[in-house]
Amino acid sequence: MIIKPTGTDIKNIGYYLGKILLGFGLTMFIPIGLGIVLQEFNPVLDFSCTIGIIFFTGFLLTRFCFTGQDLNWMQGMIVVALAWLVAMVLGALPLFLSGHWKSFLDACFESMSGLATTGLTLVQDLDHLSYTHNLWRHLIMFLGGQGIVIVALSFFVKGHSGAFKMYVGEARDEKILPNVVHTSRFIWLVSIVYLVLGTISFGVTGIINGMRPFNAFFHGVCIFMTAFDTGGFAPQSQNILYYHCPLFEIIIIVMMVLGAINFRLHYHIWNGNRKEIVKNIETSVFFFTILITFLITALGLQELKTYSDGRMLFQKGFFQLISGHTGTGFMTIYAPQFNAEWSNLALVGVIIAMSLGGAVCSTTGAIKMLRIGVVFKALKEDIKRIILPERAIVVQKFHHIKEVFVEDKTARSALMITLMYLLLYALGALVGMLCGYPFLSSLFESTSAAANVGLSCGITTPAMPVVLKITYIIQMWAGRLEFMAVFTLIGFFVAVVRGKR
Amino acid sequence: MRKAKSGRKIERLKKTAFLFLFLVCGFFGFKSSCFAQATASSELIGRAKYYDGKTVTFEGEIIGDIMVRGSKAWVNINDGSNAIGVLVDSRLLNSRLLTGSYTAKGSWVSVSGVFSRACPEHGGDLDIHAQSLAVIHDGSAVPERIDLQKSGYALTAMLAAGAVWLALFLWKPEKARKK
Repeated sequence: MIIKPTGTDIKNIGYYLGKILLGFGLTMFIPIGLGIVLQEFNPVLDFSCTIGIIFFTGFLLTRFCFTGQDLNWMQGMIVVALAWLVAMVLGALPLFLSGHWKSFLDACFESMSGLATTGLTLVQDLDHLSYTHNLWRHLIMFLGGQGIVIVALSFFVKGHSGAFKMYVGEARDEKILPNVVHTSRFIWLVSIVYLVLGTISFGVTGIINGMRPFNAFFHGVCIFMTAFDTGGFAPQSQNILYYHCPLFEIIIIVMMVLGAINFRLHYHIWNGNRKEIVKNIETSVFFFTILITFLITALGLQELKTYSDGRMLFQKGFFQLISGHTGTGFMTIYAPQFNAEWSNLALVGVIIAMSLGGAVCSTTGAIKMLRIGVVFKALKEDIKRIILPERAIVVQKFHHIKEVFVEDKTARSALMITLMYLLLYALGALVGMLCGYPFLSSLFESTSAAANVGLSCGITTPAMPVVLKITYIIQMWAGRLEFMAVFTLIGFFVAVVRGKR
Repeated sequence: MRKAKSGRKIERLKKTAFLFLFLVCGFFGFKSSCFAQATASSELIGRAKYYDGKTVTFEGEIIGDIMVRGSKAWVNINDGSNAIGVLVDSRLLNSRLLTGSYTAKGSWVSVSGVFSRACPEHGGDLDIHAQSLAVIHDGSAVPERIDLQKSGYALTAMLAAGAVWLALFLWKPEKARKK
């Protein structure tokens, strides 16, 4: 029997949603501050309108939905799923008001792409967008990469079990420190330290390469936020091609890889346990999959001989591949070149890399390295069971911070999520094909959206069909939250309609 | 006699027509060689293999930064569809050039140079190495006019949020009930 949600359920959800909204609203003061300094008054007004709406709603929700009760699992998941949808709409509002997006749906697409750290974009005339709006595009990637619930957890929610439920709902099931609020603050600490280092590196490189100092540091902070949070937005329409600088690309690769590493691993490295990098299953799987997928991509690129020498092939092939594998989506080629200049085999290499993603508890999307490792270990265990005598005891273990045995429960969970991602990739590809796009291009774009990557082979434009825009928004949302929160929200709506008291 | 006269007339007419045609064709031929038609960015990117290594003319607005690197400089030119990186000799640049941004409409220039779909000098980038650069329209500052309607909306939204906050700050139902 499906039980109808009670008023307390709804009030509790509303209360925490209000808190997250207030946290999200506060972050808008950052672009407002920049807008005032640069005297970009119309953009400041766009954000002022939005802040007013957010605070109005947030104050009402936190006041009238207060119950004093802790969140249960269902409520925690629903808060997260709803918070991401509400943040998408409210984050899109200042973008839409700028006039650089064709419709509000396009602005919502951009906002979800930013929050989910995807990087697919529908902006028009990006090269004339204000600094204020441009900073917001990159900032939402930074916030989304950390997790918008993490923002609220760090500043608004006191450490209790409800906080942990929201933390898990946002696809972060690993605690670095015993307290989830301390974990959130540690994630912020790591990110801020890298933010300072990254911005300085990009800024100085930009100045050396002839950019104006203000632009160099503005681009530096924006590119860092989207590289470390494996997002893929860039301040100019040419993406990374704008800079014409190999050193810039090398720093970006370093930042993307740092962003794709588990925050728990960062914690151990920070505490001097450097051996963990070599021993950890995620890093070894990551290294292995990069090697395999790059081999496929390089063989594919060799077929058409687009790049006449090995250095060029490596520079272009490896950058797009690592950008796809880490789920970032930065590009040093134009989107139509994927179809026109890259062979099908090279595209398949990039699609596989995109579908795998980085580490769990990192800023990347997709299936993730730990699950790939667990699935392979479980497969190895099953093969051994068949080969070895029946009386032999077969045990498989892997190293992830500590030694862990591969249990059926762990393998089942990893397989389930893997299967869900594969279905999501296929679903988007099917919709793409129904809209008239070829199979490989549809699969490429769908995998890019669902795995929160952002590489595009040219399908994502303001002119693409509305149904495809909505499909990609759903894919980005479900892919970022790793399904559980989304399924709980769907179940909640079913219970509201069909449930009994 | 008459036949001979009319024959000469026809001959003269033919000569005049031929001269006219020659002049017209020559004029248009000269004009097209002076002002080669610009190729669109979408055409260059979409048919990069065809244009690879050829001299092309590309027109558009200079955007972002002009990145001077020694005797050369990178200029990114946007024709309305895409921006393409153009490597120019620094001497071709002048102080009149303005770059497009939120506050400015950049100079509209025409460059002529060798197009590469994967430039071996620049790590496989799609770019143009320009031999000439001509300013077609000068850039100009775009002054910002404050949108009064937006100001009204922003003020209303902020006032509404402030009023709710104030009302909730003053209204303490628990305390009232206790009293």
